[in-house]
Amino acid sequence: MAHSSDLDLVNVVKRFGTHAAVNDVNFSVAPGEFFSILGPSGCGKTTLMRMIAGFEHPTSGDIRIRGQSMIGVPANKRPVNMVFQSLALFPMMSVGENVAYGLTCRGVSRAEAEERASRMLERVGLKGFGERRVTALSGGQRQRVAIARCLVLEPTLVLLDEPLGALDLKLREHMKIELKQLQATFNTTFAYITHDQSEALVMSDRIAVMNQGRFEQVGSPRELYHNPATPFVASFVGETNKWQGEAASASAGGIAVRLPSGTVIQGQGKVAEKASLAFVRPEAVALAQDSSALSSLPNKFEGRVSAVLFDGANSSLLIDTAGFETPVRAVLPQAGPLAGIQVGAPIHVGWTADAMKVFAA
Amino acid sequence: MNRPTLSWKLYIAAFYIFLFAPLLVVAIFAFNASPFPSPPWKGFTLDWFTGSGATFGKPGVLVDPIWLDTIANSFKVAIPVALLAVVIGTVNAWVLERAEFPGKTFLSMMMLWPLVIPGVVLGISILAFFSRVANGLEEWLQTDLDFLRPGLSLVVLGQLSFILTISTLIIAARLRKFDRSLEEAAFDLGASRVRVLRTVTLPFLSPALIGAGLVALLMSFENFNTTLMLVGSDAPLPITMYGQMREGATPAINAVSLLLMLGVGGIASVFALTSKAER
Amino acid sequence: MSRKPAQSLTLFLLLAPAVLWLGVLIVLPHVEILVLSFSERVAPRVYAFGFGNYLEFFTEPLYWRTFARTAIMSILVTAITLVLAFPIALYIARVAQGRMKAMLLLLCLLPFWVSELVRTLGWMMLLRETGVISYMLQAIGVTDQRTEFLYNDGAVILGLVYGGLLFMIVPLANALESLDPSVVEAGFDLGGSRWTVLRRIVIPHAMPGIVAGSIIVFMLTVGNFATPVLLGGKNGLWFTEQIYAQFITRFNWPQGAAFGMLLLLLSSAIVWAGLRLTGQSLGTTLKQA
Repeated sequence: MAHSSDLDLVNVVKRFGTHAAVNDVNFSVAPGEFFSILGPSGCGKTTLMRMIAGFEHPTSGDIRIRGQSMIGVPANKRPVNMVFQSLALFPMMSVGENVAYGLTCRGVSRAEAEERASRMLERVGLKGFGERRVTALSGGQRQRVAIARCLVLEPTLVLLDEPLGALDLKLREHMKIELKQLQATFNTTFAYITHDQSEALVMSDRIAVMNQGRFEQVGSPRELYHNPATPFVASFVGETNKWQGEAASASAGGIAVRLPSGTVIQGQGKVAEKASLAFVRPEAVALAQDSSALSSLPNKFEGRVSAVLFDGANSSLLIDTAGFETPVRAVLPQAGPLAGIQVGAPIHVGWTADAMKVFAA
Repeated sequence: MNRPTLSWKLYIAAFYIFLFAPLLVVAIFAFNASPFPSPPWKGFTLDWFTGSGATFGKPGVLVDPIWLDTIANSFKVAIPVALLAVVIGTVNAWVLERAEFPGKTFLSMMMLWPLVIPGVVLGISILAFFSRVANGLEEWLQTDLDFLRPGLSLVVLGQLSFILTISTLIIAARLRKFDRSLEEAAFDLGASRVRVLRTVTLPFLSPALIGAGLVALLMSFENFNTTLMLVGSDAPLPITMYGQMREGATPAINAVSLLLMLGVGGIASVFALTSKAER
Repeated sequence: MSRKPAQSLTLFLLLAPAVLWLGVLIVLPHVEILVLSFSERVAPRVYAFGFGNYLEFFTEPLYWRTFARTAIMSILVTAITLVLAFPIALYIARVAQGRMKAMLLLLCLLPFWVSELVRTLGWMMLLRETGVISYMLQAIGVTDQRTEFLYNDGAVILGLVYGGLLFMIVPLANALESLDPSVVEAGFDLGGSRWTVLRRIVIPHAMPGIVAGSIIVFMLTVGNFATPVLLGGKNGLWFTEQIYAQFITRFNWPQGAAFGMLLLLLSSAIVWAGLRLTGQSLGTTLKQA
């Protein structure tokens, strides 16, 4: 009977000198899951991944794969394979030899390894590429070879260390979808690390947000986006408006925040201290030409458009609003009377208390 | 600056003529049917390569035991030097690029040192030191230790003393360009440490290993200063040539030189090809 | 985490060849000749510590004159080589393009892969009384008798400059190669003449190459043996010849060792002075070459 999780990390700590690069991290990854670790560079995610692969050893804690502790097991004996940031395709070997490499290391006969490698290449859409040199491939093809090289070994877990980082924007968008589909067809457990929140949101079943060696929050992309547990998650995942203020009064689940200008805004959250941070997503900001349309909202203000940031579907408006030190960011409606709004036009903004998350600063 | 003046171009042309004139003269007079390597031109002959000695009193290079022996001696020195230079150079490169230990900077400076020591000084210092060692050991063991006395084995050591610097630098430069994640990837895919070395690291280094071997071979073949001080009764090629040049030689020396040029040209083109493949 | 014994053993094994090489072939032999140079023969087969060998050097004019002559001629050779090589390197680095450039550089390299002895043989055949130049001058009627071009200082300098050229051209061309063309263009654009641009922009940029090339050429020249002996004959008078004579011909090793130390000192001093004057380090300089 298969173990209920493919990967478990238990109280894993990694210290370099006195600095804790990874500080007491716990999580489990279920079979077939696409799990991402998202964090800024230097947050410890690469160290974490290298510990799972076996290139670094935890100072304390345990790493289990299908319930088996990996402590003391060298990288070449772990049922885990890694797609490197640089891809690390062997330039001295052909595409086919790259894919067959792991099989021959296991003692599979040359003929069988070649056969299985070419079948794997076919499955990742590189049929007939076996004889080519890896240097003759495009960025996307190299990516697929790197993944095929791991998948052919049928590992319990594939680790991916920001493999899309080196690609240009268009190809990266394309590869996100392709990677997700590959993972779905092979039904292999993927652990993916990235600093790009969009990569994590698009591909993952679950995401762990990592900061300064710790996990801030683990959850589905939607959970992280709509219910961030910490101010770090709120500001790191997705676009957001962020204001500093003081907690004024709290009632059942609701909280009022007084901004330095004296303006009071209503939100949700639990804050023990006075200093607090309030976050509102741009798409949660309702816009109207007259205030009556926003009358039901607890937060409603008057402002003036200070900039139109046109970026197709991601277009937004910056609105100078009385009482706010920085302009309020809102999504530019693509249709209706506001679609053609110009700089300097007066406008009303508002949002619900639900849409505003308040945290202790 | 991009449009060279005529005088500059003429200078360049003159320079290349100056560069090749001595080599051309040497090559041409290898075929002169005259007992002396000097003008006038007495007609074309191959006697200085293959002649039996009936015409000029001296046999051609390829049948003359003196020349054949000296060429053999050069190989007896150059081949061990090249092999050792590659093997030890690889280990040294590893130390420079991969190992961490106190005093590493000092060691890497020390490795460059042989390049700034005049070859003659290297020769006499090794000669003097090994004589002392041989004297001491012979007295102690009551036996002859000929390999520590001037001779081919000492020549091998003397040439290694500075050729090792060159081979180390060549191999270390290549190792520095190596992406360590390739080794990690191979290890991650299940290869043992030895297999990683054999299938990934060494294939990557191979152009540098071949290059270092060829450079060592060439440097050994033509080394004169250090060799002169350490040589015994078996003389390698440059030493024999030097002797003949002082005494006045026959065109046989031109023939040897031409063969040497062809050999060097061959090795140099192999080297050029491998370094091109590197890119 | 302390280093595991297995790791220490690996490190030890990796270091062993380097330590053996530097210790047995470089350091100890040099200690040996240093010690040897301070020993004097006080009776047959009896040696004692003393400065006699060095005193002998300063009191015997032949020795110190040869030494000074070697040093001065080597500096002269280095300077001539630099002046001759600069236009070539500049042409290879900045004018020649693509295939032409590769070929010019390769043609420069080729003669130097051939043994020094072969190159010297070529010059002997060109310059000697019965040689090619003398024969041709007679043939076209410039002179009516044979002319000896060999066995004089000119021939020695010619041979040494020839031998040093490559080692000057390669570092120079490398240094000039890295000069951004737009910097040169800016120099002209701001009103510089060819000469100002060369003096204010190109030469300062090439300085590391100039230093590297000069140092290498000087070391090779000062330590040369075959060229001065074969092209200079009795007038060659090169210091390496004195070392050889003491060691091999006269079998006076302490004297030869003292000469060796002096030659090492001379070459190190000039290398050091060159580096100090231009503020370069040995490591980067050798890399340039």
